[in-house]
Amino acid sequence: MAIYKLNINGKEHQVDVDADTPLLWILRDHVQLTGTKYGCGVGQCGACTVHVGGYAMRSCSLPISQLGDQAVVTIEGLAENGDHPLQEAWLEHDVPQCGYCQAGQIMQAAALLQSNSAPSDEEIAATMNGNICRCGTYTRIKAAIKTAADKMN
Amino acid sequence: MTLIKTSYNRRSFLKASVLGGGGMMLGFSWLVSCEADVADVVEPTKGIPKEWFDINAFLKIGDNGLVTIMSPNPEIGQNVKTSMPMIVAEELDVDWKDVVVEQAPLNTDIYTRQLAGGSQSIRQGWQGLRMAGATARHMLLAAAAQQLEVRIEELKTENGVIKHEESDRTLTYGEVASLAGSMDVPEEVSLKDPKDFKIIGTGRNNVDGQKIVRGVPMYGLDIKREGMLYATVIHPPAFGMKPGNVKNEEEIKALAGIKDVFMINTMPEGIELQWSDRNNVFPELIAIVGESTWQVIKAAKQLDVDWKAESELESSEMHEAQLTNILNQTADEPGRIDGNPEAAFQQATKTIERTYDAPFLAHNTMEPMNFFANVTADHAELIGPIQTPEFAEKTVAKLLGMDLEQVDIMMTRMGGGFGRRLYGNFVMEASLISQKVAAPVKLFYTRESDMTQGTYRPAYKVKYRAGFDENNQLIAFHVKGAGIHGGPVFANRFPAGAVDNYLAENLGMQSNISTGAWRAPRSNFMAFAEQCFLDECAAAVGQDPIEFRLQLLERAINKPVGDNNDYDAERYAGVLKLVKEKSDWANPPSGIHRGVSAYFCHNSYVAQVVDVELVKGRPKVKDVHCAVDCGIVINPLAAKNQIEGGIVDGIGHAMYSQITFKEGKPEQQNFDEYRLIRHSEAPENIYTYFVDNGIDPTGLGEPSLPPIMAAVANAIAAAKGERLYQQPFISSEAVLG
Repeated sequence: MAIYKLNINGKEHQVDVDADTPLLWILRDHVQLTGTKYGCGVGQCGACTVHVGGYAMRSCSLPISQLGDQAVVTIEGLAENGDHPLQEAWLEHDVPQCGYCQAGQIMQAAALLQSNSAPSDEEIAATMNGNICRCGTYTRIKAAIKTAADKMN
Repeated sequence: MTLIKTSYNRRSFLKASVLGGGGMMLGFSWLVSCEADVADVVEPTKGIPKEWFDINAFLKIGDNGLVTIMSPNPEIGQNVKTSMPMIVAEELDVDWKDVVVEQAPLNTDIYTRQLAGGSQSIRQGWQGLRMAGATARHMLLAAAAQQLEVRIEELKTENGVIKHEESDRTLTYGEVASLAGSMDVPEEVSLKDPKDFKIIGTGRNNVDGQKIVRGVPMYGLDIKREGMLYATVIHPPAFGMKPGNVKNEEEIKALAGIKDVFMINTMPEGIELQWSDRNNVFPELIAIVGESTWQVIKAAKQLDVDWKAESELESSEMHEAQLTNILNQTADEPGRIDGNPEAAFQQATKTIERTYDAPFLAHNTMEPMNFFANVTADHAELIGPIQTPEFAEKTVAKLLGMDLEQVDIMMTRMGGGFGRRLYGNFVMEASLISQKVAAPVKLFYTRESDMTQGTYRPAYKVKYRAGFDENNQLIAFHVKGAGIHGGPVFANRFPAGAVDNYLAENLGMQSNISTGAWRAPRSNFMAFAEQCFLDECAAAVGQDPIEFRLQLLERAINKPVGDNNDYDAERYAGVLKLVKEKSDWANPPSGIHRGVSAYFCHNSYVAQVVDVELVKGRPKVKDVHCAVDCGIVINPLAAKNQIEGGIVDGIGHAMYSQITFKEGKPEQQNFDEYRLIRHSEAPENIYTYFVDNGIDPTGLGEPSLPPIMAAVANAIAAAKGERLYQQPFISSEAVLG
C-alpha cells in the first residue's frame, strides 16, 4: 500500500492503495465516482474510458503508480452542470438503452471532438470502435456525435 | 371510451396505507446509500411538494400537483421505466412534464407480474396500468365532486386540472389529492378511446436519461454502504468439474485486504428451487471476500483449487457430431403433422434440403453479474440487477431459512439483461456470502467469470426439406431441429398453416453445459434458418423472395391448413408488404444487394430488407428497412431504439460471435476472444416503420433480432452468390472476402 495524490475533476484526492490498483477501481471504490464503468478489465470494451492529461484512456488498464501528476476527468466532471454538448445531444437522440456503456462512449467522443471538431462517419467509427455497446445504439451514438459537433462549431 | 370492471386486480388499487411494506416504497435513496457527490439531477418543473398523497399503489400525488408513478417492472434497457408510467399517466390525464418516475418495490401481490422477459411487460401490463391511471382519475373526480358539491358526471379533466364548466370552477389534482385518497375505489372505470391518447404514441425521452449521461449511480455495481465488503465467486474452469479443497487458503487469507475465503453451496439438498434456479450447474463455488474490488480480483487470480472432474469434459467437436447424429433420427412424437408429408415428398418433382447451425452464445451484459446483500439474523436486504426478483426472493428465503417477509429485494436499473438475469444464482451467492461474513457485501463477477459461467444460448442445428410439384407449388415441408437441452423448432409457426403436407420435429441432447434464455430464445436461431431456407425455396422455383412468401401467406389467410397456427397471416403479410413498399424493393440503389426476411415472435411481426454493399469484396451492411407490427406503439422514440438495437445485436451475433469448448472449458473468456459487433460494423442507417392498427400492444424488445440474421445472410447471398448455413458468418469465405 502507498499513498497517492490525484487530481480528479479539478479536486484533489488522496488514496492509500496497492501500487498496481487500476485507476478504474480508485475511482469506483475509493473516490465514489461510479459513473466510470467496469466492463472487461482488459481495455477491450471502453466502458471505463476517462480523460487522463486530456486524452481518452482506459482506466481499467492504467495502474495508479503510472498516473503521475496527470489530471483525470471523468463523466461526472465532463461539464459542471452535465450540459456538455455531447450530453445534451445524447438526450436529444435518446441514445441510451441500458445506459451502462454510455459514460465511456461520451468520454471517448469528447476526446474525439477535442482533436477533430468535425469528424466524418469513418472517423467517428474508427475512433469509437473500441467502445462496445451491447444494446446496439451505435447509429444513435453516431448521430449524437454529429449533432454535438455541429453545435460546438 | 371503454367501461371496464376493476376486479382485475383490485388489490393494486387499494390505498397504499393498507399495503404491507408501504414504507419501503419511499425509503430507498441513492443519495443516502451511495454517498455520491452528485446532486440528484432531475428537478421537477413544479418543485418538490410539501406533502404526498397515496392514491393507489401505482401513484401518489403531491399537494402541488406533481405526480409520482411507480414503474413496476425491472428495467434492463427495454425502457419500460418510461413506457409503463406513460400508460398510467395517459389514463390519469396529467401532463407528462409533471410526472416523476420511481422504481416500484417488489410486491407481486399488488403489481402482479414484475418480471423482465419474453417481451411481455407492456403486453401483460397494458390493462392493469391503464386501470391504475383511470381508477386514480376517477377518485380525483369523486373528491372534486364532493368538494364542489356537484355530480361527478359534470366534471372533466385535462392535464391534471378538473373543470366544472357550468360554474367555471377548476381544481387541480394537487388540491384534491388528499381527499381523493379517501374515496372509494370505483367498481368500474372508463378507459380512453385510443384516438384520444395524448401521451401514448408520442416520443418521450428516457426518464433516466439525465442520470445516465451524467454518470449518476444507478446500477447494482454502483452500490456502496458503510462497512460494505467486496466479494467474488470462483466457479470451476470447465463444465463437468466441481471444487475440491483450496490448496493455498492460508496464503490467500494473508493477502492484503482479504478477509475470508470459503466454499458456498447455493443448492443444498432439500432446498425448494424455482425454475430460474434449475439450470445452474455451478452451485458449489469458492467465495473470496475483501476490502476492495481490486484486492479481491488479485486474490482470485492466485487461488489454487483442487478441481475435480465429475462428468465428461465436452468439446465443440463432440457437440457438432452428436447434433448431426441426432438430426438423422426421428422424433418419438412429431411436434406437428399435417397431411401426408412423406407421400408428398415422393410425389414431388423437385426437392431441396438444407442444414443450418449456430454456436453457443454468451449474454455478455455490459454490467457483469453482481448483487448487494446485507443479511442479518432476521432480515435480508438485497439490492441489484435481476429480471426475476420474485423467484430470487423465494429461493433466498429458503436458503437462509427465513420467511418471505424477511427478505426484501430492491431492483436497480440493469446494465443489460438479454435473458441472463432471469437466472438469479448471483442473488443466492451474495446472500450466503453476506450471511457468512455477517456484513453487507457487494458480490461482483469479473468479465471472465461472467463469460465462462454458462447459461448460454445453446448450440442448434436444423434441417429443412421442401418438395415442389410440376407447377412449382410447395406441396411438402419438413423441419427437424436438434439442440442442446432441447430442439429449437416452433411447430405451429409459419410456414405451418400454409403447406398441405407439413412435418415439424424436435430432438434434444443432454450436456453438462448450462443453457438459458438468450434474447428471443430459439427464434434467435430459427428465424435465420427458416428465412434463409425460404429464400432458397423461392430461388428454386424462380420466384421473387417477397412474392414467394406472400403467396404462402395468402394461402394461410384464405385456406389455412390446421387450426392451430400461432400467427395471424394477414398481419404477417402486412409487414412484408409494408417493407416492400418502403424499401422500394424492386429498385435497389446501384451497387446494392438485397435480402429480405420476416418473422413472428413475442406476439409481434417484423419484416426487414437489408442493403449490402461489397467493399473490396467484403459485404458491408449499409441500410436496413424494418416494418413492425406490435400493435399500439407506446413510445415511438424508444420503440425505434429497441428495433435498432435488436437489428445491430442480431447482425453482430450472426456475423461474429460464438462460445466454443475444449475439454469442458469455454475458449472465449473476454472481449479479446469473444467478438461483439462494433461501431464500424453497424448499419449506416436503420429505417423503422410501424403499422398503425390500434391493436393492443405486443412485444418489442426481442422481435427485431431474429429475422435480421436471415436478411443479412440473404443479402450476402445476393451479393456473393454464396449461401450461408453456419453462424458466425465471419468464418465463411463469402464474408471474409
